[in-house]
Amino acid sequence: MPYLQVSNLSKTYTPGAEPVFNDVRFSIERGEFVVIIGHSGCGKSTILNVLSGLESPSTGDVIVDGREVKGPGLDRGVVFQSHALMPWFSVLENVCFAVRSRWPDKSRAEIEAQATQYLEMVGLGHALKKKPAELSGGMKQRVGIARAFAIQPKMLLLDEPFGALDALTRGTIQDELLKIVQATQQTIFMITHDVDEAILLADRILLMSNGPRARIAEIVEVTMPRYRTRAGLHHDPQYYRIRNHLVDFLVSRSNDYAGLPPGEPRVLRPGLDEDPVTSPPVVRLVS
Amino acid sequence: MKPDTWKSALLSVLIAALFIGVWHLATLPKAATAQSAANDEYAVLLGKTSAKQTGFPPPLEIGKAIVKYLGDPFYDHGPNDKGIAIQLGHSLGRVGIGFLLAALVAIPLGFTIGMSPLIYRALDPFIQVLKPISPLAWMPLALYTIKDSNISGIFVIFICSLWPMLINTAFGVAGVRRDWLNVARTLEVRPLRRAFTVILPAAAPTIVTGARISMGIAWLVIVAAEMLVGGTGIGYFVWNEWNNLALPNVIFAILMIGLVGMALDHLFAMLQKWVTYAE
Ligand SMILES: Nc1ncnc2c1ncn2[C@@H]1O[C@H](COP(=O)(O)OP(=O)(O)OP(=O)(O)O)[C@@H](O)[C@H]1O
Ligand SMILES: [Mg+2]
Repeated sequence: MPYLQVSNLSKTYTPGAEPVFNDVRFSIERGEFVVIIGHSGCGKSTILNVLSGLESPSTGDVIVDGREVKGPGLDRGVVFQSHALMPWFSVLENVCFAVRSRWPDKSRAEIEAQATQYLEMVGLGHALKKKPAELSGGMKQRVGIARAFAIQPKMLLLDEPFGALDALTRGTIQDELLKIVQATQQTIFMITHDVDEAILLADRILLMSNGPRARIAEIVEVTMPRYRTRAGLHHDPQYYRIRNHLVDFLVSRSNDYAGLPPGEPRVLRPGLDEDPVTSPPVVRLVS
Repeated sequence: MKPDTWKSALLSVLIAALFIGVWHLATLPKAATAQSAANDEYAVLLGKTSAKQTGFPPPLEIGKAIVKYLGDPFYDHGPNDKGIAIQLGHSLGRVGIGFLLAALVAIPLGFTIGMSPLIYRALDPFIQVLKPISPLAWMPLALYTIKDSNISGIFVIFICSLWPMLINTAFGVAGVRRDWLNVARTLEVRPLRRAFTVILPAAAPTIVTGARISMGIAWLVIVAAEMLVGGTGIGYFVWNEWNNLALPNVIFAILMIGLVGMALDHLFAMLQKWVTYAE
């Protein structure tokens, strides 16, 4: 049984209007890293908010670890798209706030030590006493990442965690994330707009079609060794096949899925299966 | 920046000097310039020292009052003759108690209203009707039911401090960014801890702004209330000195009311600076 199972998910914000997405179905195995890609506004953040329990779906349900998600919980850590730091707290206090929520009985020193450790991990050991307003966008995002990791959740939900970072910092933090993930075997669901980032980090990539009535159109398996490095990535011929498939989807095929009957998304292994770009989108009907 | 503050301070002093100078010239006894020295002596013989009892007091008289009252601010010679510090103390005591009681009601109630749109809508009509009532209009009712002038004064301060704090607290609490509440929700923060560590700091700048407005109004109202109720306080002092036709003392009291009001406002400005956060 997968760690997370999403079935028949849909979300309608304004009653009577078309749903932002519908018939969204996918699952995530324990320890798996799943990335979702799609055009802006298709509903990625909404799906993530439903997984986190912050929003309730209009139809369908989310099962995590055998239990239906009814609300937010400490088992799922969230990195928000808007970093959502408390501006009246210092960087350290922001992370301490989360650590204390997770372990209310820990002493102040223990809490601060743990918070500091995670802030050092994202390279902010020098900025503990700063207020969020004194940080750059990328630094704020790193505090958000440290806050989510510091509570050691069973699953992490990341909403474009590296969106605001410059290429150099982004690379360093991606490497850090890879290291942590490999060490902790954490289950991760992440949103990104960066195709290379998706290939570097993901075990599987969910491709979301355009809304309204968006859906998970295709699922791409990243058929490369799990322990990838940024430096070695582009030496693997698989990398280009996967990359081309993703870019083709975003550029030309993300509109083709509107109005198809409900069904399981296609699972693709670019370069290993049939050529997906030339074959039309076929949705396997489920009774 | 530095030379500019220096310049503006100098200009302020000049304006004050000019104002006092014009005041001095305008209140010079007219007799002194028109009448002869003989007439002056004649007037002294008749016991008329000068025109100061009838005309508007010159600044020098105010200066004398300042020296007299500030030189011995704590004396107490019976109900109608107390030092200025004692009178101000009575007024500040009433304002302080009334304001604190109002804060004790307004902030928790404002929290409830701000967090629940239902309660907000239910209470809104009452707030809308009660808010524009002049606090002094409550005075007869307060005197009749409470039967104690001192407590009635406190009640009036309570009523007038209540609304700005209540409305600002509700507004601040309702406007707390969703993101911050979502962070608290994903961390399963308990309601009480959330109220104190997330909502209160987030809404604090708005709440303190409300408190600052409340305090401003309370200090305006206390003078009028004490004029009505009598007994003690700076408002009673003004009224009493007016009845004695001691205008220099009235002007001195006005000056003190202004200075204390400024100090109170400054206090809240500092508090505001302390709770304000940059986003
Ligand atoms: N609270 C809301 N009320 C009404 N409509 C909403 C709300 N939140 C999101 N939407 C709509 O739902 C759609 C999906 O929004 P969402 O934020 O999930 O997109 P996204 O895929 O995360 O986009 P981006 O990549 O730009 O972050 C958008 O069309 C948006 O207008
Ligand atoms: Mg989004």
